[in-house]
Amino acid sequence: MSLSSNDIARIRADFPILSRKVNGSDLVYLDNAATAQTPQVVIDSIVDYYSKYNANIHRGVHSLSQEATEAFELARKKVQQHFNIARPEEVIFTSGTTHSINAVASGYAKLLSAGDELIVSALEHHSNIVPWQMACEQSGAVLKVIPMDQSGALDMKAYEQLLSEKTKLVFCNHVSNALGVINPIEELIEKAHQVGAAVLIDGAQAAPHIKADLQALDVDFYTVSAHKFCGPTGIGMLYGKKERLDALPPYQGGGEMIATVSFENTTYADLPHKFEAGTPNIAGGIAFGVALDYMNSIGFDQIAAYEKELLILATTELSKIEGVQIYGASHQKTAVLSFNIQGIHPYDIGSILDQMGVAVRTGHHCAQPIMDFYEIPGTVRASFSFYNSKEEVHRFIEAVKKAKAMLS
Amino acid sequence: MSESIAEIQEEIIDEFSMFDDWMQRYEYMISLGKSLPLIDQSYKTDDYLIKGCQSKVWVHASLDGDRLFFKADSDAIITKGIIAILIRVFSNQKPEDIIEAETSFIDEIGLKEHLSPTRANGLLSMIKQIKLYAIAFKTQLNQ
Repeated sequence: MSLSSNDIARIRADFPILSRKVNGSDLVYLDNAATAQTPQVVIDSIVDYYSKYNANIHRGVHSLSQEATEAFELARKKVQQHFNIARPEEVIFTSGTTHSINAVASGYAKLLSAGDELIVSALEHHSNIVPWQMACEQSGAVLKVIPMDQSGALDMKAYEQLLSEKTKLVFCNHVSNALGVINPIEELIEKAHQVGAAVLIDGAQAAPHIKADLQALDVDFYTVSAHKFCGPTGIGMLYGKKERLDALPPYQGGGEMIATVSFENTTYADLPHKFEAGTPNIAGGIAFGVALDYMNSIGFDQIAAYEKELLILATTELSKIEGVQIYGASHQKTAVLSFNIQGIHPYDIGSILDQMGVAVRTGHHCAQPIMDFYEIPGTVRASFSFYNSKEEVHRFIEAVKKAKAMLS
Repeated sequence: MSESIAEIQEEIIDEFSMFDDWMQRYEYMISLGKSLPLIDQSYKTDDYLIKGCQSKVWVHASLDGDRLFFKADSDAIITKGIIAILIRVFSNQKPEDIIEAETSFIDEIGLKEHLSPTRANGLLSMIKQIKLYAIAFKTQLNQ
């Protein structure tokens, strides 16, 4: 079941920002892969927290602290249920995907030794490359790269050849941020486990479109950022299997993450607190739970079906424009169109689109290795969400045509 | 006697005030970008490159008498259009005048967003670079 135009009109009314104007035109927001917009219920949950029960959690005996703690822990349960995670303590609240990956990488830096190997995909965001390079520098481990082909698909044969008993960890995004390609993570995880390697999947770009069942995937670590799917910025999840998280040294020291502290010795708290040093983003965590409720009330099957319609419509119409080159033509894609027009710089297209109220992303999308692969300075990326209407797709196409006419 | 930086800026503001909408403004910028004399290939190297996340800018400066001359290029045409305007303002001027020049005219001609640090298109760094060249050549002239 997809969403009807009536559904979309109702959904759009939930997002106050969608009715604003930009440069005199109605906003057409197609930068959803960078950050998604926030529905009123999520905004209200933040206001509600600060208006009614703002208090530090897990320590106060007073009522406000208890209310805040319950709301925060309820959010953890919502996240647990959403991703079908076995235990609530396997849900670590972080500031987002980058923080989550850094927490794992810095722990691994201490666990790895010289000669160990890590495998990364060629499709990664810089935040799933750099923390591992840092871990390699510290530990003497070696980073290997799974190559990609022209369509943006990973070379799984090459991947198999890279795997060995030296492989300690494989990390890859579920969906590429620059191209929108869905990676074959089931196969990737299974093969890694055959050699005893752990797998970290960066789910930042997948979470808005795909409801991942983490137990079925049998993944070791999975990371998301709430702001990519209707939640606020500054909050996200690190999922880790209990035994993996138990084995991982803590990332930051501070309050909440300890069991006992003396100047001679400190023992660490149990999960999830071991990885949640300091006062967390309480309002953010609560709002994260509300965002999941909101998206589930629409339904991920409906969202996926409707976004596919948007992607097909946009791809068909964009392909009609002469000189358009779409990157990542894989069949397995979320609603992302990364493209260029022959002879025109992406910055120029983005600038003209902005004048018409159409928000897209231009540049290398923090994935320079992909741009180097295609030998381009960057792309224009239009990324769609379930609240985008088909009229907006047409406005986007008209704006691209106008930009092309002006710039040719 | 050539025009001062302030006089050129006034002229540019006058020209842009004739445009009715953003399209005319951008079409003008694009045409300026296309007409910008290209920088000599030998200067299109990393030594003269200002790296932006979005577009690249190359700048070369040379001194003739007591005046500085700039040549520049970019891989994006709108960036080039703005470069053409900046060269019109800053080229054939004395280093001390360049150092002291204001750039608020960019706001007045409605192109402020292109000089925002979030655009990362190299233009903000280009102005900084022009001023740095002016400082360097001023020192050289005083020696």
